[in-house]
Amino acid sequence: MEINFASQLDYFWVLAPEVVLSIFALVILMVDVFQRGETQEPARLSIAWLTAIGLLAAAAANTWLLTLQDAAPAGPIAIDGFRVFTNYLFLGAALLFLPLSWRYLTDERMRHGELFVLLLLATVGMMFFAGTRDLMLIFLGLELMSVAVYVMTGLNRRDRRSAEAALKYFLLGAFSSAFFLFGIALVYGGTGSVNLAVIHEVVGVDGAGANLLVNAGMALLAVGFAFKVAAIPFHMWTPDAYEGAPAPVTAFMAAAVKAAAFAAFLRVFLTGFPGLYETWGLIMFWLALATMIGANLMALPQDSVKRMLAYSSIAHAGYLLVALTAASVLGVAAFLYYLLAYTLMTMGAFAVVYMVAHRHELRLGLSEYSGLGWRAPLVGITMTVFLLSLAGVPPTGGFWGKFAILRAIIERGGIELAVVLVLTSLVSYYYYLRVAWYMWFREAHAGASPIPVSRGVSAVLVASAAAVVLIGIFPAWFLGMAEAGAAALMQAPMMSGIAGP
Amino acid sequence: MLRSYIPILILLALSLGMALVIIVFSQLVSPLRPTPVKESPYESGILPLGTAHERFSVKFYMVAILFIVFDLETVFLIPWAVSMRELGWGGFFAASIFLVVLTVGLIYEWKRGGLRWE
Repeated sequence: MEINFASQLDYFWVLAPEVVLSIFALVILMVDVFQRGETQEPARLSIAWLTAIGLLAAAAANTWLLTLQDAAPAGPIAIDGFRVFTNYLFLGAALLFLPLSWRYLTDERMRHGELFVLLLLATVGMMFFAGTRDLMLIFLGLELMSVAVYVMTGLNRRDRRSAEAALKYFLLGAFSSAFFLFGIALVYGGTGSVNLAVIHEVVGVDGAGANLLVNAGMALLAVGFAFKVAAIPFHMWTPDAYEGAPAPVTAFMAAAVKAAAFAAFLRVFLTGFPGLYETWGLIMFWLALATMIGANLMALPQDSVKRMLAYSSIAHAGYLLVALTAASVLGVAAFLYYLLAYTLMTMGAFAVVYMVAHRHELRLGLSEYSGLGWRAPLVGITMTVFLLSLAGVPPTGGFWGKFAILRAIIERGGIELAVVLVLTSLVSYYYYLRVAWYMWFREAHAGASPIPVSRGVSAVLVASAAAVVLIGIFPAWFLGMAEAGAAALMQAPMMSGIAGP
Repeated sequence: MLRSYIPILILLALSLGMALVIIVFSQLVSPLRPTPVKESPYESGILPLGTAHERFSVKFYMVAILFIVFDLETVFLIPWAVSMRELGWGGFFAASIFLVVLTVGLIYEWKRGGLRWE
């Protein structure tokens, strides 16, 4: 079917996955509230299943998007491989989140059915954030996603850490949204449009049409995005928010929210401002450099594994920024592939953190992992896979992701970034493999409690570990898919010149 | 193009100037004889009880949030109602979807006891 946004019905077809998810969110809210009424009784398992069905239905609708033809390249909603790819990513992360959160709610005896509604709405927000070509829609998606995730962060409101994390995340998130919105206003003032395709046309391939307003607006947009993807020096909220939030929510934040912010980051800068690459390529260069070096050094002394993984997620933002600096089809393909691997291994690693920490999340320290591999082989083996992939050891997805990013940046001539990426990855081996060393080569404490793993969580662990290995053994197929998505995004003529000073 | 904004600028300057003149002159010219009664905060003629910096029950916030939601509903619905004929069925369905979403939220709050005052 051909879509040209001439009739309002076109919007429904193009937004099929979002519409499906929104309807499911409203239905689940009603089912839950009519089951529970005003009582404190826990939500039923049927709510979680309904959420899973909603996510699968949205995935089916997302597949159907591939049959649509985009007849209006300046339409407000993108129909390209990039959007379909990232949509799958968000839906997959939400699906992995379900069993973890169910386990968490059961452990803490606070089964709020609202969590699943918030999950679906956050996913809708991510899809809008990453899949639209209109800065206002992008902002609406950002807010829908953020507001839902703020509430999810404060899910366990009786826990001081969770409440503190939610407040910090909310205040700094609102602060960064203001930057973002001001950037949109300036870009609109400078170009007369909020549509990325039109902005590109006004700015021109060589950036000749850009004035001071556009440049200032672009810089403010970069600040807003850098906050959301937690790039140094805009990362201050990340360790506290990630450590304080319930571990399943942290997994979702670190994987899906960051993926959405990065996807939108890429779309805005590569399709809206390719003509100004000379300017923003330099910003990305320094952001990537600071993020890779700073985060990896700060992760070294962490004793809490959850906090270490929070810093590690900042470090991975640095690697992804390198792919953004490359700003080529190869770079975007590497970015998408890395995002896939990153989502899987981050979800998995935080799931293990929750399994070890267990109720009230008291056991976060490194010493709790002593002898874990022998006490709970399934958790130990899958965690080892996640750690190896995070560090970038072949044959895992993390290795091929870094390889693809290196290839892209070297092809663009950014040797400095490539060298720093390799060196900081070597540093990261220490703090990742230290956890693995504790798991396999340290005696367990005398009173170490068993790790009870439910079936749902085992399924999450096994599925994400298997997927991490699978995309590592057959990288070509996934890279091919990513390249198709990248090529669709990069149809606009690209600029010349390389990154870095 | 910018020239057409000059009347607005003049209006802005005039209103600012007027406000300044009124404030400054009433400070300079008016007789000031303060007494404790005159300096106490005015609460509709009732003697003030304690400070205003108190904790409010969360119920007030619930009502306030609900009010904002339905306040915004009016903000959206009145422009739609005014131009309903031009917008046609597309506008009608868009407004209906908006109302359905708000109604679901209201039902949720009602069923969860958000409207109960005790």
